[in-house]
Amino acid sequence: MHIIKKVVCFLLLPSAAVAQHDHSATYHAVWLETAYSRHDGQDTAHWDADGWVGGDTHKLWLKSEGEVRDGDSEGEVWALYSRNVSIFWDAQVGVRHDFGAGDRTWLAVGANGLAPYFFETEAHLLLGEDGTVGARLRQENDLLLTNRLILSPSLEINAVSQADPQHGTGSGLTDATAALQLRYEVNRRFAPYVQLDHQRKLGDTAKRARSAGKEDEENRVSIGVRWLF
Amino acid sequence: MKSMLLAGFFSLCASMVLAETRTYDLTISQVQSTIGGKPVPKIAVNGTIPGPVLRFTEGDEAVIHVTNRLKTPTSVHWHGLLLPGVMDGAPGFNGFKGIAPGETFTYRFPIRQSGTYWYHSHSLGQEADGLYAGIVIAPKTPDPIQADRDYVVLLSDYHQDSAARIQANLKASSDYYQYKRRTVGDLLKDAHEKGLGKALKSAGEWGKMRMLPTDLSDVTGYRFLVNGLTNAQNWTGLFRPGERVRLRFINASAMTMYDVRIPGLKMTVVAADGRPVEPVEVDEFRFGNAETYDVIVTPREDRAYTIAAESLDREGFALGTLALREGMTGDILTHRPRAVLRMGDMNMDIMMRDDPNMDMSQMDHDSGWADSGAPKGAVVLDYAQLKSLTPQSDTRAPTRFIKVVLGGNMERYIWTINGKTFSPENGIELGYNERVRLIYVNETMMAHPLHLHGMFVQLENGQDADRLPDKHTVIVPPGQTVSVLLSATEPGDWPYHCHLMFHMQSGMMTTLRVAAPEAGFVPPAAQPAPDYTSHGEGHHAHH
Repeated sequence: MHIIKKVVCFLLLPSAAVAQHDHSATYHAVWLETAYSRHDGQDTAHWDADGWVGGDTHKLWLKSEGEVRDGDSEGEVWALYSRNVSIFWDAQVGVRHDFGAGDRTWLAVGANGLAPYFFETEAHLLLGEDGTVGARLRQENDLLLTNRLILSPSLEINAVSQADPQHGTGSGLTDATAALQLRYEVNRRFAPYVQLDHQRKLGDTAKRARSAGKEDEENRVSIGVRWLF
Repeated sequence: MKSMLLAGFFSLCASMVLAETRTYDLTISQVQSTIGGKPVPKIAVNGTIPGPVLRFTEGDEAVIHVTNRLKTPTSVHWHGLLLPGVMDGAPGFNGFKGIAPGETFTYRFPIRQSGTYWYHSHSLGQEADGLYAGIVIAPKTPDPIQADRDYVVLLSDYHQDSAARIQANLKASSDYYQYKRRTVGDLLKDAHEKGLGKALKSAGEWGKMRMLPTDLSDVTGYRFLVNGLTNAQNWTGLFRPGERVRLRFINASAMTMYDVRIPGLKMTVVAADGRPVEPVEVDEFRFGNAETYDVIVTPREDRAYTIAAESLDREGFALGTLALREGMTGDILTHRPRAVLRMGDMNMDIMMRDDPNMDMSQMDHDSGWADSGAPKGAVVLDYAQLKSLTPQSDTRAPTRFIKVVLGGNMERYIWTINGKTFSPENGIELGYNERVRLIYVNETMMAHPLHLHGMFVQLENGQDADRLPDKHTVIVPPGQTVSVLLSATEPGDWPYHCHLMFHMQSGMMTTLRVAAPEAGFVPPAAQPAPDYTSHGEGHHAHH
């Protein structure tokens, strides 16, 4: 982490080194969720990392999520330049790389911030190598049952402009995932949790799944730990 | 002949240098502090936290040798003292570069005032890590404040985490230390008390603005100290019944404001920020970071009295005792309820900007922040009561009005002055001896103790123009507007910042530049007075 910070400091904030006050210093935050679930008799490990390094205005934002099942891993990794544009919002531009079932790289443009009523929001438009346009919207909220026991509902929706028969996705809305995480924040850096996920394929994608004899929805219970580094 | 010459020479020296030179040697070093149990690295002056109290007499020549035994640069700022800019001790200002590791810097300046002040580091988080202590200056002429006993009561907040760690944690997650946020249970309780509709509406209004009504302090986990002693160690000031005891309160805390009281005793406030004020008798006072108050108490009973400074977020007390002998303890206090911020703590202009259709007439205009929970009938010091003991020498009408907007982004832990985080190129430019009105507009939900180096401001608190009190640090309550007058009589680049350590470090700082007399500075044309009294001000003048 320290080396990354130094690199970012060098790239983005050449004046930081001479500053007397910390206002232009670099900081970082990385939230990492590591979880385990058992699905169709198979053990599955999940990860979801979301973090940044940088200053008040400019940040390098890195995130990745995915799973390992039966030795095969599948997931995505993002690298974004994130710039603060208003009190609650960052504009972001970068790349997303999908790996596993279908290797694919996208150009990503979007926003990350806090919408009214404390909805953590990520909204990105994606441009694929073949001209496919994709979109992702993700929102999350925290309901404080107590100051440490927190129920966190989230919703993610994906869409693409063109069908991709190879990966079984149709055009339009492809899938949505609603999740409910209940975590106990022992402190901000360590929070064990249990999470329910309901994923549903949508529209054409759901049709394709059914005609291929696959489920068009999936429920999952996982247990994990959320870390802050 | 020779001896006569010498005698003549000495008498000449004596008449030239009436002032006495008072020399101090201060060594800044890292220590392992066990105040919190587990040893953690902290920064001490001459081996102690706080450092030694420096004592001077008005008119002295202060010579202070500061030796840096740290691995990083350090500095010492003399908070509230009138002095040349280069001696002010803020690195990056007035050509002062800080004190490199291993080096000794000699501060040398004439003492031009009297009263209670303090000193602290102005380098990153070193102040919060322990580099602070009191300054007491006796007046040249007989002290208008007479007392039989005289004690410094320096309050500070001590954390197991280093200042750098706290700053990093706040930047990673601004609610890192907040474990008193409103819960679903609180909402249900509100719904039960006020009805579901009202409770949801209130929660909705806060949610819409993405603000927390529980945001009284950014950092918790502090242990509060009196003169460096924990509550168990119980700092004790001795008295004999009937004696007048002068307590020089200094709030040297990094992030904590207090409500200060001594149950069983009236406190007579006789000085604020080192400057004598007309005595005013109170039961308690709200104490902003970096402020000082001198109070006189006259304990008459044969008992111990508890000096209690309760943190605003009600997380703890800094406790001491006034007693007949060591080892006595006074009343044991219970915590008052923690205040909850209300709509009245929001800046009206911001609310109007957010929602032009908002119906203000239906709004709750009371301040939650100002509610100290004092019992009915208790007298709580109000800024409006402060009245300079001696007439102000400058009562000119201001020729310029300058807005100083305190803003921020709690979510990202960014704090600003006039919309900008600190940068050496920004600032406020004044001509030498210019007289201006500075209008502090707090657009945030937190109170900010705004400190100006190098000069006092005259707080416009409703007193007559010649009796406005001098302040070096002014609390600007959440959402409120406060105005002060300044005579720019001290040339230099003066740091001007919020004295909440992590607000300053996160950008709430600027420079107030006063041109040299010979600079021929032409101030911009006088501006009409901005309309700042139409709303916001006045609702909370009285607790």
